[in-house]
Amino acid sequence: MGKYLLRRLLIAIPTLLLISMVVYAILALAPGDPLSQFGLDPRVPPEVRENIRRQLGLDQPWHVRYVKWLIAALQGDLGYSFQSRVPVSELIAQKLPNTLSVLGVAYVLAVLLAIPIGVVSAVKRYSFFDHAATTFAFIGFSVPTFFTGIILILIFSVKLHWLPFIYQSTLNVSLFDMESILAQLKQSIMPITVLTLFQTATLVRFVRSEMLENMPLDYVRTARAKGLQERFVVIRHVLRNSLIPVVTLIALGVPAIFGGALITEQIFRIPGIGLMLVAAIEQSDTPVVMGATLMFSVLVVLFNIVADLLYGVLDPRIRYD
Amino acid sequence: MGTKIWSRAFAVAAVAGLTFAACGQQAAPAATAAPTAGAATAAPATPAPTAAVQRGAGGNLTILYWQAVTALIGHHAQGTKDYDAARLVVEPLASTGPDGKPVPALAAEIPTKANGGVSADSTSITWKLKPNVKWSDGTDVTSADVVFTWKYVTNKETAATTAGVYATVKNVEAVDKSTVKVTYAAPTSNPYLAFTAGTGQIIQEKQYKDFIGAKAKDGPKIPVGTGPYKVVQFKPNDVVTYEINPQYRDANKPFFKTVTFKGGGDATSAARAVCQTGDVDYAWNLQVEAAVLKPMIDASDGKCKMNTAPSPNVERILINRSNPAASLGDKRGEPDQPHPFLTDLKVRQALAMAIDRGPIAALYGPTGSATCNMIVGLEAYTSKNTASMSVCKYDLAAANKLLDEAGAAKGADGIRVYKGTRMKILYATTVNPLRQKEQDIVKASWTQLGIDVELKAVAAGVFFGTEGNDTAAKFFFDVEMYTNGASQITQDDYVTNYICSEIKTAKDKWSGGNYMRWCNKDFDALYTQYTKELDLAKRYELLAKMNDMIVQDVAEIPLVNRTQPSDGISKALKGVIPTAWDSVLWNIADWSK
Amino acid sequence: MATTTANAPRLAEGEWRRPARSLWSDAWHHFRRHRLAMAGVVVLGIIVVATLFGPLLWTVPYQKLDYSAALVGPSPAHPFGTTDLGHDLFARILWGGRISLAVGLTAVLIAISLGTLVGALSGFFGGTLDDLLMRLTDMFLSLPQLPLLLLTIYLFRDMLRELVGPELGIFILIVTVVGALTWMPTARLVRASFLSIKRKEFVEAARTVGATDRRIIVRHILPNVMSPVLVSATIGVGAAIITESALSFLGLGFPSDVPSWGRVLYDAQNFMEIAPHWAIFPGMFIFLTVLSINYMGDGLRDALDPRRTQR
Repeated sequence: MGKYLLRRLLIAIPTLLLISMVVYAILALAPGDPLSQFGLDPRVPPEVRENIRRQLGLDQPWHVRYVKWLIAALQGDLGYSFQSRVPVSELIAQKLPNTLSVLGVAYVLAVLLAIPIGVVSAVKRYSFFDHAATTFAFIGFSVPTFFTGIILILIFSVKLHWLPFIYQSTLNVSLFDMESILAQLKQSIMPITVLTLFQTATLVRFVRSEMLENMPLDYVRTARAKGLQERFVVIRHVLRNSLIPVVTLIALGVPAIFGGALITEQIFRIPGIGLMLVAAIEQSDTPVVMGATLMFSVLVVLFNIVADLLYGVLDPRIRYD
Repeated sequence: MGTKIWSRAFAVAAVAGLTFAACGQQAAPAATAAPTAGAATAAPATPAPTAAVQRGAGGNLTILYWQAVTALIGHHAQGTKDYDAARLVVEPLASTGPDGKPVPALAAEIPTKANGGVSADSTSITWKLKPNVKWSDGTDVTSADVVFTWKYVTNKETAATTAGVYATVKNVEAVDKSTVKVTYAAPTSNPYLAFTAGTGQIIQEKQYKDFIGAKAKDGPKIPVGTGPYKVVQFKPNDVVTYEINPQYRDANKPFFKTVTFKGGGDATSAARAVCQTGDVDYAWNLQVEAAVLKPMIDASDGKCKMNTAPSPNVERILINRSNPAASLGDKRGEPDQPHPFLTDLKVRQALAMAIDRGPIAALYGPTGSATCNMIVGLEAYTSKNTASMSVCKYDLAAANKLLDEAGAAKGADGIRVYKGTRMKILYATTVNPLRQKEQDIVKASWTQLGIDVELKAVAAGVFFGTEGNDTAAKFFFDVEMYTNGASQITQDDYVTNYICSEIKTAKDKWSGGNYMRWCNKDFDALYTQYTKELDLAKRYELLAKMNDMIVQDVAEIPLVNRTQPSDGISKALKGVIPTAWDSVLWNIADWSK
Repeated sequence: MATTTANAPRLAEGEWRRPARSLWSDAWHHFRRHRLAMAGVVVLGIIVVATLFGPLLWTVPYQKLDYSAALVGPSPAHPFGTTDLGHDLFARILWGGRISLAVGLTAVLIAISLGTLVGALSGFFGGTLDDLLMRLTDMFLSLPQLPLLLLTIYLFRDMLRELVGPELGIFILIVTVVGALTWMPTARLVRASFLSIKRKEFVEAARTVGATDRRIIVRHILPNVMSPVLVSATIGVGAAIITESALSFLGLGFPSDVPSWGRVLYDAQNFMEIAPHWAIFPGMFIFLTVLSINYMGDGLRDALDPRRTQR
């Protein structure tokens, strides 16, 4: 195991280098222009635009810019945003807490809800509960989040005036200040609901189907006949076997928490990583896109290693050569 | 999120949402000011301030923009949102009122020829600063700060986004501690160009003297200013919070103790926040279908009203004179490659006559009205002649007849063929729900003329960029649609877009303003006359003539004259004076509830 | 432990008496008896037939404007109501369904096939191949997709247009792009299942009797990893239908006036209070499609379940 881990970590280095290069190349070659937001503004004539371009270093070919970026990044310097001229690391540090406090919570909730719902749904297949869970799950992922978000806003903000729908990142949340906790709860409950609904829906389907796959029906029937205790044991065994895909999914999902949930962030104006990344992409703010992508790809690579290690724990027969 | 399948898919969907938001971006936001010297008045356009406003008596004022602030120094502004957010802190010498006339800000009065502030030859202007104005750090504002601002902005290495405005300024010198003289390179009809409105914000020499030129990018992100507020917290791409500047010159102002300037989201929910929930007091640029917006405003418990003003911005369709066919290779879109049928006046007239402006303007509701003029903004130069022109009247039968006369007979598929070319039009614009509906409406009419129309929507970042083939400047479409308008009341920088020398080619990276590749010698002659004319009345006359020529020759088809601002404000908010020529927050010190 | 019995033959009542059938006819037999699966087939069938032949019967053009009938609710003249420009929503949904269904199904087929192929090769052979393929997966997971999409349009759109014509060109581009951006989770899932199953007794048994790698993968392991693949597929269809509409905002998809379901739904969002019907109908069609496919997938999995019958 130790040797395997070491090998994987060593392979991760060239992988990340390659990813960063490919991403940089895509950013450089894709159409888009950091100056496009001036639009037709006649106050910013072509000479001025050329000047700004030169100041941003955009007059150099992309491979030169990449090497410069890489050398700085290896020293821990992710550069400055083209737009705000603020260091990229500072921007990420500013946005990450907002993303985590909404997406992170939603994701944990989703996992906590999805596993029991999926298990019960599978054990009581085609029961009322199963049909209800199935319908809910399908509403969950065939109705896009932009839709659930708007519906919640219309009900709870516009009609009932209970909840605000403009997220305040300036709120100082302190554990000793009930009011601030309440305010944070009020402003994050709708986005968390939207995301949880969506994520639970998809996870439930996987847990349910995997449980069914691993559930030898007559075994369960026998166990059930023997009494509850047995049944729980069985479920635990079945569940353990069903967890491999779930672990895979969670390993894919955790980096995505850091990547942000664009639509939800936009609807509720949560200044998170997702929003920052897309704004940066739209404005061709290469340093910001590279910084966020680098963080994201490190997490992807790491969590996939974690998943591979966990497979071995869940199913001792899985060996790596 | 769980698996990436759907999270990715939804990210794409979200991108679309964001693109929606981003593309409403207007070509020319609030601007530098002023008519000719003689016309300027020293009297502020502000009405008498509401009685006995007490400093800090109001609570928090919440302002919501659906674009978020990225820079708080006006000279590095990336768009209207940045100019506006900076304006609470940093002031110009003069603002520009709703009538386009300058209103003193840091200046004691508006210099005119009458009071001797503007030289007789119209080349220089001498500003006097208000006495005893202090920066928020307690130091005095002097003419040296104005001179420094000029040096900072015009240093090439600084890469200031406002540098273009100062291109015609030859020199700025401090006459004494509180007097500064601005000299232009040539006699000008607008001596108030420099140091006024959004692009004229004066920065403090003490704060920025070490950050001029290439070091500008390391300069302080939060400027020291003279305005009613100072910044408490700035989170780029998210929010700015302000508190009262204790050094502000008017002891009774501002009314609001703190200001929150939040950015991001979409226009529709911004409208909800100001009209339905009352969570915000001011919501910027409500580009929302009138069918959605009107019920919110008119609702019995509606909390908002519109804050709009006439503006020079016109939503228009540009007609390409060059041939955008991909088969031409390198020659694609070059001005020497004529378009197979859009070069025929009758065809262009037919296209114009098939435009039904009523339903298009109805989409805009309170934020726009139908127009058949290209040069608008001031009643004084808006042409009255176009109303009677045949190209401005919706008449499908007449349009069909014109196409018949042009020799374009319908083929077997019902589509007309013009001299061997099947009449197919590729019609592009930015991604924006309103614009896609305009496209639907126009396409429905043009289809009835026997023209095949293909619609295309391009993300604003690509459309107004320089990369790829889908840019407005390359114009590899047959027609394209967007909003444009003058940034100055004098229209100088705007009418330039129609002269022949602004037609550029691939070799010049398409960097000219004449995207239509429309070249009209008569227009150029009028333009030359215009640039030399200093008399206001004659200039206005010439502008109207130029307008008529553009419309008559169908260089572009005007659709809707949009308002600017197009904002929603709380019904309780008092003292807001909308102007198209400056930041909407120009007189925020006078606002109250 | 449950795993030891997982591969034991599982007999449904009456099953064992029947003579052996081929894999597929046997599967079909079971599928037919799956009530919900058959319901799925019927509903999806109706939707497909309606989108294919509906526009021939309901002849209102989907792009026809009628300002006098804007935002009206469902009525005999407009069974699904109208949009703010007076488009007939019934016509739009019938017409747009062709695109949504074609794109949704094809894109998912591509994503699932690609993902299964990569996952199977990676999981079965392991070693260097596994390393290579999984690092490729990591890379695709990390790529920011918006610039990638813009680059794809920039590079390939005009070329494909010339090659196969505008409609087919856009279709190919969309399904390829969606497929190419969404295969990774399936690959990770299939690989994980392969890692676990390839060590099981029945696989070892097949190997000892001299089955080829190919046969082991296709006949012995793949049927056992069907369930995560089918779940990915059902979820993917809904997502692909929405993604298609999102792509048109980027200039990659069909022109903006093509009323695919995702597009209609997107256009409706600002009008939720005033005209809920605008959103409800496209939403319902996406929901029904996804639900039908899910139940068909359930039926298919049960029918192909290697433990259900002896082969």
